[in-house]
Amino acid sequence: MDKHLLSAGDLTAPDITRVLDTAAHLAKVTDRAIKKVPTLRGRTVCNLFFEDSTRTRISFELAAKRLSADVINFSAKGSSVSKGESLKDTAITLEAMGVDAIVIRHGASGAPWRLAEWVEAVVVNAGDGTHEHPTQALLDLYTIRQRFPSFEGLKVAIVGDVLHSRVARSNVLALTTMGAEVTLVAPPTLLPARVETWGAAVSYDLDAVLPKQDVVMMLRVQLERQRAGYFPSLREYARLYGLDGRRLDTMADHAIVMHPGPMNRGVEIAAEVADSLERSVIADQVANGISVRMALLYLLLGGPTEGFGEPQRGAPMGRGAA
Amino acid sequence: MSGPATVLDAADVQRALVRIAHEIVERNKGTEGLVVVGIHTRGVPLARRLAAKLGEIEGRQVPAGALDVAMYRDDIGMRPPQATHDTELPFDLAGKVVVLVDDVLYTGRTVRAALDALTDFGRPRAIQLAVLVDRGHRELPLRADYVGKNLPTAPGQAVRVQLAETDGDDGVVIEGPAEKAVAS
Repeated sequence: MDKHLLSAGDLTAPDITRVLDTAAHLAKVTDRAIKKVPTLRGRTVCNLFFEDSTRTRISFELAAKRLSADVINFSAKGSSVSKGESLKDTAITLEAMGVDAIVIRHGASGAPWRLAEWVEAVVVNAGDGTHEHPTQALLDLYTIRQRFPSFEGLKVAIVGDVLHSRVARSNVLALTTMGAEVTLVAPPTLLPARVETWGAAVSYDLDAVLPKQDVVMMLRVQLERQRAGYFPSLREYARLYGLDGRRLDTMADHAIVMHPGPMNRGVEIAAEVADSLERSVIADQVANGISVRMALLYLLLGGPTEGFGEPQRGAPMGRGAA
Repeated sequence: MSGPATVLDAADVQRALVRIAHEIVERNKGTEGLVVVGIHTRGVPLARRLAAKLGEIEGRQVPAGALDVAMYRDDIGMRPPQATHDTELPFDLAGKVVVLVDDVLYTGRTVRAALDALTDFGRPRAIQLAVLVDRGHRELPLRADYVGKNLPTAPGQAVRVQLAETDGDDGVVIEGPAEKAVAS
């Protein structure tokens, strides 16, 4: 794996498995009386957020703090960015202050790649425009793996505004790498051009797709999309592509419902579905986000140079020949 | 000679564990308040075996646990991140005597990390250390309370402990040039 985490597509199946395994071990830290390990003492992680985000920023902040890293939260509002400072100058300033990792959320697709060219620090993409959100995909895979033994042949539907969804793109990349069969379900206006090259099936008919799925991932519908003319009305969207109790009943008994949040209850997901104790794993997704981000920070910052290096399973410490 | 040489065979390992178990009982005057905690990877099956032997000797069960020290190492950032494991301590450490178990004691840095990790889970009354092999070359002021075999080695040599649970069979093998072997 690369030095940075920019795209879910950069991760191989063994990389993803290692992140998920490490996350499973680190999840136990949260259950302890002392919810902290000294692993990244003396390392500094900067959350560089140019877009509003509550859960992702807090999740990264908690993950870094549980590993004993120092955390700086930088939000564009009220910073020198609002005075017109460029991303490059902001990056150079942070580098000069000696940060070891920059977690970036930016409205422009590709911003993390530019940042990675300018700084020595590890760059983690926490969502760039309508492009990618790899840590969300990894926490979704972790949540799926808690319910299903293998991704091989697992049927996953991703439903909603695929066109503007960085969650959908990263999930398709990670899920197909792991051997899952992904179906994208959306009105034609909310599917990107050349979606057929993504390696996922495409459908406009949610009712036909639902009964065959193991996992149904609902995407947030941004309300301003309706004003922009992508669909006629929220009511019509909810009727055709919303997951309500009636549709839930057509799903297989073992199938689960996911949502990256924040939810529009009554639009893409009905309250009774979101709160369903048997089906909904939405609260698990939030909790798992911390463990997965701890695993990533450990794997990206816990080594000497770049990337994961070779996994050293049970390698004896200093016992072998030099 | 530089080919692998067997230092302990399966029967030797078994005898060493039986002797260590008796030493633990003797030192602690029984097994009251005693727990055995193995350090991942090969300390864990050793700890389970020691706990079972202690149970046979004293006729009462001794709880066993597993400790992962990857997050407590002092070489984080100096080499690729170590694989993590689950820490399982299904008992309260407060007031207990913990026998920490590992396969090989060398620099002492793993044991130092283990002491830090244990401290995060509670305050035992005492911590003792049992190892199957002590190969010397300590870099920290630590010593083992119970040793299966003191093995003089050269720093260039590798000591490989194999256990039935992880490697199919029990045994301790030493590899590499032996000419500069020194006692600890």
